[in-house]
Amino acid sequence: MSDAGREGKATGATDGREFTRLDAFLALCLTRFREFYRESEVVFWSFMFPIMLSVGLGIAFRNRPPETLPVAVVAGPEAARLSGVLGQTPLLKASVMDADAATRALALGRVALVVAPRADASVEYHLDPSRAESAIARARADDALQRAAGRRDPVASGVVEVREPGGRYIDFLIPGIVGMNIMSGGMWGVGFNLVDMRIKKLLKRLVAAPMRRPDFLAANLAMRLVFMVIEVSFVLGFGHLAFGVPLRGSLPAVFTVGALGALCFGGLGLLVGSRARRMETVTGLMNVVMMPMFVLSGIFFSADRFPQMLQPLIRILPLTALNDAMRAVVLEGLRLSSLSAPLAVLVLWTLASFTIGLKLFRWN
Amino acid sequence: MSSVVVRDLHKTYGTVEAVRGLSFEVAPGQCFGLLGPNGAGKTTTIEILEGLLAPTSGEVVVLGRRWGQDDQAIRERMGVCLQQTVLSEKLQVGETVDLFRRFYRIGRAPESVIHEVELTEKAHARVGTLSGGQKQRLAVACALVGDPELLFLDEPTTGLDPQSRRQVWDIVNAFKAGGRTVLLTTHYMDEAEKLCDRVAIVDHGRIIAEGSPMHLMTSLGGEHVVEIAVREDGQGPLPAAAMEGLPGVRAAHAEAGRIVLTVAEPHVAVPAILEKVRTGGWELSGLSTRHASLEDVFVSLTGRHLRDE
Repeated sequence: MSDAGREGKATGATDGREFTRLDAFLALCLTRFREFYRESEVVFWSFMFPIMLSVGLGIAFRNRPPETLPVAVVAGPEAARLSGVLGQTPLLKASVMDADAATRALALGRVALVVAPRADASVEYHLDPSRAESAIARARADDALQRAAGRRDPVASGVVEVREPGGRYIDFLIPGIVGMNIMSGGMWGVGFNLVDMRIKKLLKRLVAAPMRRPDFLAANLAMRLVFMVIEVSFVLGFGHLAFGVPLRGSLPAVFTVGALGALCFGGLGLLVGSRARRMETVTGLMNVVMMPMFVLSGIFFSADRFPQMLQPLIRILPLTALNDAMRAVVLEGLRLSSLSAPLAVLVLWTLASFTIGLKLFRWN
Repeated sequence: MSSVVVRDLHKTYGTVEAVRGLSFEVAPGQCFGLLGPNGAGKTTTIEILEGLLAPTSGEVVVLGRRWGQDDQAIRERMGVCLQQTVLSEKLQVGETVDLFRRFYRIGRAPESVIHEVELTEKAHARVGTLSGGQKQRLAVACALVGDPELLFLDEPTTGLDPQSRRQVWDIVNAFKAGGRTVLLTTHYMDEAEKLCDRVAIVDHGRIIAEGSPMHLMTSLGGEHVVEIAVREDGQGPLPAAAMEGLPGVRAAHAEAGRIVLTVAEPHVAVPAILEKVRTGGWELSGLSTRHASLEDVFVSLTGRHLRDE
């Protein structure tokens, strides 16, 4: 083609440069990159939204330190001694009040427990059994009073405090947000974007130029991988800095899992957007595909909570596989070699969606 | 060798026959126009020639090559301006033209093309901020940046204001002046008259007349058109038939309360027409004369106007 390509051209007008297929590919990548970062909505959904979700849910479901519980001691001869013992007890705060006031304080929830001394030197606990803090206050108070009265524990026990992050809700959440972001990025960034370009006839205009069609799709996917690296780094970095979420696996493992996820959802985006000629169609399809995974695939809570019967179905969803693999790498530091099941699920979805999506794809 | 050869082209969508046996050739250096109303099959035809649609049957040769065999080679040498393409709004004008430049192995400097379409001042503006006319000139720039031998323009000035239309025409004329070939579709007869060396009038998927604009207009029998109207409170409407046979009048038909006459020699025909109106007892309320247009050709061939649906 290079020989015959130019007959009849008025060569005086040309700029003397000769571009290759690679130049066109790189120009398409650069174009995609510019469109990405200049679209404020995309920047919001890719960066701000996951941060807001993590912060909101991280605060709502944070692990609280044990609370100091208020306890009432009913006024009487023993009251001063009892409140003295309880006042010395960590995480209890005792105050003396008369019987009526104590009953009312318990009813209004101002105290968790009422300690009433009896005439025979025994004590009586008044509490609402449906309130968790009442049971805790009773256990703490009773323990303190028995020890003060000279109880000796037959088994010596000690406490080792473990404060390693990894088991908190936020630790569970952040890798799930990463997975959700990779799903949305692939579906919207590839699927929705292609339909948008089809509706605007931009796809048609591009194929009327000597642009290679496979290069166009490859550039889209290549940039999806680039965006994935940026997005994943951003969310994991934020989780680490703001909440101390650990990263126990290697970065190459994280990005390999991320890349498989990005390709998988890029492929599903391509499939969903392969034929649609209307925004409503692609938006609807997108929701049909993504909604079940939002609920079932363990973004916000573990997929294990669903009945055993549903588990096989849930495990073959691509987002479940991505979230499982991402959590295993981020939180447990597992190597890729021990994640063959979820990674195989991702690869199979990728191959299937590309095979069908490319076959169905409509440029006009 | 013709730049474009079309023989017995058919395109059917389901049960709808959009193109029903078109044949024409475009010589190198010629500007060829497909003129017709909306829905005549013009866009379908030009998109088949651009390699964007497959014909149902018929033969298409573009720059000596056939679609399906030498696609890449044809695309390297043609420029395309689709009907209403929306280019990426987030890109700058310069970035857009540069992207298209890189699709072609050899082509023109983006800056020079941008200068030619008078968008140099807008080179760093986002496409989304351009006016309709500027967007269309940008679309033309993207078609020109590959230094094409053959330029396809589908309705290049539809929806543009008069000044923008003239700017697009100037660009096309400059391209023609370089000896290049243009194939355009339009439903504006003035556009066809201004730009085209040769016009095929298309209606319902068929070519109903073909030739140079001048040739088509003189085929009416006269180069001039006289329109007259009479007062309605007089003795009823003026029959068109009454005007036929007058000296210099080649054809007459009634239209929207007026009589439209095709006339070879206005200086002979107009006095005769006035005399006929006066002696018939009608009172003239309007008279105008103008050069015949392709619109008149279309009306005389189909009985409809180009803009009728």
